[in-house]
Amino acid sequence: MSFSKEQIQRYSRQLLLPEIGVKGQEKLQQSSVLIVGAGGLGCPAALYLAAAGVGKLGIIDREAVALSNLHRQILYGIEDVGRLKSDAAKQRLSRLNPDVEVAAIHGSLQAETVLDFVRGYDLVLDGSDNVATRYLVNDACVLAEVPLVYGGVVGFRGQVMVIRPRQSACFRCVFPEPPAAGEIPSCQEAGVLGAAAGLIGSLMAHEALKALLGIGEGLANRLLVFEGLASRWRDVPVRRDPACAVCGDAPTIRQPVAIEHPVCVEVQQEGAWPRSR
Amino acid sequence: MAVTVRIPTPLQRLTNGQAEVQCDGSTVSDLLLDLEKRYPGIKERICDEQGKLRRFVNIFVNEEDIRFMQGDQTAVKSGDEVSIIPAIAGG
Repeated sequence: MSFSKEQIQRYSRQLLLPEIGVKGQEKLQQSSVLIVGAGGLGCPAALYLAAAGVGKLGIIDREAVALSNLHRQILYGIEDVGRLKSDAAKQRLSRLNPDVEVAAIHGSLQAETVLDFVRGYDLVLDGSDNVATRYLVNDACVLAEVPLVYGGVVGFRGQVMVIRPRQSACFRCVFPEPPAAGEIPSCQEAGVLGAAAGLIGSLMAHEALKALLGIGEGLANRLLVFEGLASRWRDVPVRRDPACAVCGDAPTIRQPVAIEHPVCVEVQQEGAWPRSR
Repeated sequence: MAVTVRIPTPLQRLTNGQAEVQCDGSTVSDLLLDLEKRYPGIKERICDEQGKLRRFVNIFVNEEDIRFMQGDQTAVKSGDEVSIIPAIAGG
C-alpha cells in the first residue's frame, strides 16, 4: 500500500510517531470500527477515528438531531436539526476525511442480527445511551470475540474500559446484571456536561486507536473512572469473573438476548440515583 | 483512625457534598451501617431491601472488588480505602 502526497501531509503528525509510522498508518487504513450511538460519546470518537484515517467506520443511531443535542454532539450544526444522525454524521465525516468509508445505519441493534453486525468489524466502540444496548453490545462482542471499548458519561462523570473478549473483564463481569428500569439515570434525565462527554468519547477513540495499532497498554481489566467535579481520575483494577453469565467458565448466555428496558423513563425528582421503593 | 469511604457524585448530596468520608467498622457490612448512621438514607441507595448490594453498584476495598473477596463480609481495617462505584449507561 502506498500513500499519496496529500495523505502523507494529512497524517504527517502521527506518521512521525515511532509507534505509528507508515506501518501503523496502513494498519489503521485497513481497520474497521463500529460506533454504536452517534451521541455525546460517538460524535467525538467518530471525529478522531475518521481524522486518524481508520479505513471503515460504521455508525448506527436511531435518532434525528435535536437542538438539545448540540451542546455535546459536535458532529452536528444547526442545519442538521431534524436530520437523521446517521446521515448527518456520514456527511460530516466524509468532509473531514474522504479516505474513510462511512457506513451510516439508521436504526438500533437487534438481538437477532447483532452478531453478524459486529463480526463485520475489527473493533466496536459503544457510545450508546441506554442499558439495554450496553448489555446487548457487550454480549455480542464477547460471543463474536470482537474487542470492545465501553464508555459511559452522565453529569460530570464518566467511565471507560476496554474489553478483550474471554481474556479480560467484560461489562457483565463488572456489572453482572442490568439495573431495573429507572435505577440509573440517562443523560436525558440527569443532564450532562458536553465537555465531559467529549473527554470520555475522546479517550474511547484513543483506546480504540491503540488497540487497532496494537501499541501501548490498554484499559483491559481496568475501569478508568472520571469524577469531573473533583477533576479526579481513578484507575480501578477489575477482573474476569469465572461466574460471568457470558464470558465465565459455564456461561448461561450463548446467544445475544434483548433486555426489556425502557430507553427513557420519567425524570425522577432526585435525578441521579434510585429511590427506595 | 478510620476507613476512608469514597462517595460517588450522585450520593454526595447525602454526605453534605463530601467526596470522602471516614467511617468505622471491621467489615464492609459494618461500614455501611456506620455510613447510614452518619448519613441517613445513603444505604438504601447502595443496597436493596434485603441488604444486598444493588446490581449496578460495585464496592472496592483498596481497589479490589469485594465480590472477589468475601462480599459484604470482606474485612476492612483502619487506613483502608473503600470506593463505591456505580455503572454509567449514558452516552
